[in-house]
Amino acid sequence: MTDTPLLRVSDLCVSFRTPDGVVRAVDSVSFDVHAGETVGIVGESGSGKSVTANALMRLNFGAQVSTTGSILLDGVDLGSLSEEEMRLRRGRDIAMVFQDPLSALNPFYSVGDQVAEAYRVHHPKARRPEVRDVVVESLGRVGIPEPIKRMQSFPHEFSGGMRQRIVIAMALVNSPRLLIADEPTTALDVTVQAQILELIQRIQQESGTAVLLITHDLGVIAETTERVIVMYGGRVVEEASVESVFEQPTHPYTLGLLGSVRSLDLAGRGSLRAIPGSPPSLIHLPTGCAFRPRCRFELGEGSPCGTTVPTLSVAGHSRSACHLDVTERERLIAGVDG
Amino acid sequence: MTDAIIEAIDLVKHFPTGKSPLLHRPTALVRAVDGVSFTLERGRTLGIVGESGCGKSTLGRLLGRLIEPTSGRVLLGGEDVTAATRSDLRRLRPRIQYVFQDPYSCLNPRHSVAESIATPMRIHRLYDRSTEQEKVRELMKRVGLNPEHINRFPHEFSGGQRQRIGVARALALSPEVIVADEPVSALDVSVQAQILNLLEELQASLGLSYVFIAHDLGVVRHIADDVAVMYLGKVVETGTAADVYERASHPYTRALLSAIPVANPRTGRGRQRTVLTGDVPSPLNPPSGCRFRTRCPRAQDHCAVEEPALVDRGQGHPVACHFPEDDILLGGDPVVARPIR
Repeated sequence: MTDTPLLRVSDLCVSFRTPDGVVRAVDSVSFDVHAGETVGIVGESGSGKSVTANALMRLNFGAQVSTTGSILLDGVDLGSLSEEEMRLRRGRDIAMVFQDPLSALNPFYSVGDQVAEAYRVHHPKARRPEVRDVVVESLGRVGIPEPIKRMQSFPHEFSGGMRQRIVIAMALVNSPRLLIADEPTTALDVTVQAQILELIQRIQQESGTAVLLITHDLGVIAETTERVIVMYGGRVVEEASVESVFEQPTHPYTLGLLGSVRSLDLAGRGSLRAIPGSPPSLIHLPTGCAFRPRCRFELGEGSPCGTTVPTLSVAGHSRSACHLDVTERERLIAGVDG
Repeated sequence: MTDAIIEAIDLVKHFPTGKSPLLHRPTALVRAVDGVSFTLERGRTLGIVGESGCGKSTLGRLLGRLIEPTSGRVLLGGEDVTAATRSDLRRLRPRIQYVFQDPYSCLNPRHSVAESIATPMRIHRLYDRSTEQEKVRELMKRVGLNPEHINRFPHEFSGGQRQRIGVARALALSPEVIVADEPVSALDVSVQAQILNLLEELQASLGLSYVFIAHDLGVVRHIADDVAVMYLGKVVETGTAADVYERASHPYTRALLSAIPVANPRTGRGRQRTVLTGDVPSPLNPPSGCRFRTRCPRAQDHCAVEEPALVDRGQGHPVACHFPEDDILLGGDPVVARPIR
């Protein structure tokens, strides 16, 4: 690992003004992504994971949004750039793949034109044969068969998995150093999901692009990432290496999330260790720790759980945000049957 | 030992599609379900698994005759649902009820919980108004909802609670069978586990039988006693959960199993996986012979000629494949026992 991270997010807050009140979608989120690393953000709906991703691309705009904190990409604060400067970085330094490939592609242009457009934005002087070669090469790289022929096809002529490959080709055509993938396989069937995850991993290894993978699926996290950020109610509740998160979770929410997943490893039936209740509304977040109403270890009346928001602190190999004393927490978590 | 609650016999559903401009006749057929037979025994759960477009939801809807089959029969406790008259059907329907995927669209937004749950009771004229209220409260309690919320509307509940309302409504007529079509796919992970636990509790206390339709093999493994794997309108492999998960021998089942991401960074990575190439072909024009042959790593010339029947080929459970994989999976489990990196 190098000393200066490729991406350093510090104290990122994003809030939206809505008719029902202010939604703090992302609250004091800080994390690093190093060059060539694969980092996963996992969380349920409303945890702030997608808003965080959009903030990195500066895609949350409009009068109703306020974003504070800093996002340093190679030491440059993206928040301080003009819209024009930001535009030059999108795609070249930092690129994004979205969940639904059909809405990420323009139905009226051939896929070759769309990949070419992404390339031309950053290579305005490129000549036609050069662009063509780049398009053919990048479509071939993501596994589109017969790219010379298929570049003339339109999005509707491809299946869901192939469309997602095209979106990935567009994102990678300028060799960005950071690729953000926001639920890239959620809309796909499981056999196709396996193909796309393999593709993302292969590209990451070949080109050394850092990947920030956002998903709700712990299986995807376990198989593809090196470091994991767990979000809940707009905040980071735990951050650790992928092994630590799955083997020694230090936050009660992470523990609950793992208990809710039916791993194929667990043969037999028996009831799942579900988390009671449902994820909180971001407009009416509970006071103190957002997870408190669902937490099995909550300290009760008058404890800091109900009054103060916990901040990230070191716990074993992880950093997690919980008021419980670290050794006490370890004891309690170890007492829960796996 | 066979106490069959549902028997499906050679069920077929073809949807006509496309119009010829001259003849007003359909020009093509979507073979959504193409000859499916199975038996669900009382008190058990049959998981039906497959990717989108494999016909699993259509099959589910045929069971309660929500749609008319093209051919084939469904027996509910020995009585033919497919041949039933309207009045017979009215008598049979309370015995088979449904829970659907999307708890947002399957509840009428203008109906309170009380109305949603009581509607089936009113249709079948089960109770007078005062007992009805009591029954609704009882059902709400049973599925883990606060009975004081009886007059609330769907938008006042979270996704998981709405799914509980859906389950309560399915229970309103004291059914014997519940067809659950992707009942947890739209829910957050932590809430999915709650609903699965609820369904298991209800099965244990009420002796329900489930047809559980899902694309997620993980969910099905947790809840199902028996499993049928579908591909392009056909069952390709079926058996007990252990047969299918531990002794899978159809190449498609194996590929499906190995495609599931495993929530364990040590065993999950580096395991050998069969990644299928390509996508599911169109059910408008399925491949000749074996429908899976275009994506099958083991396909041979013979597969294009003859369609494999769903029979036991020495695996101990039926498999529709000419060349089933018969090596015993290491340690009995295709996923866990793979080499650790």
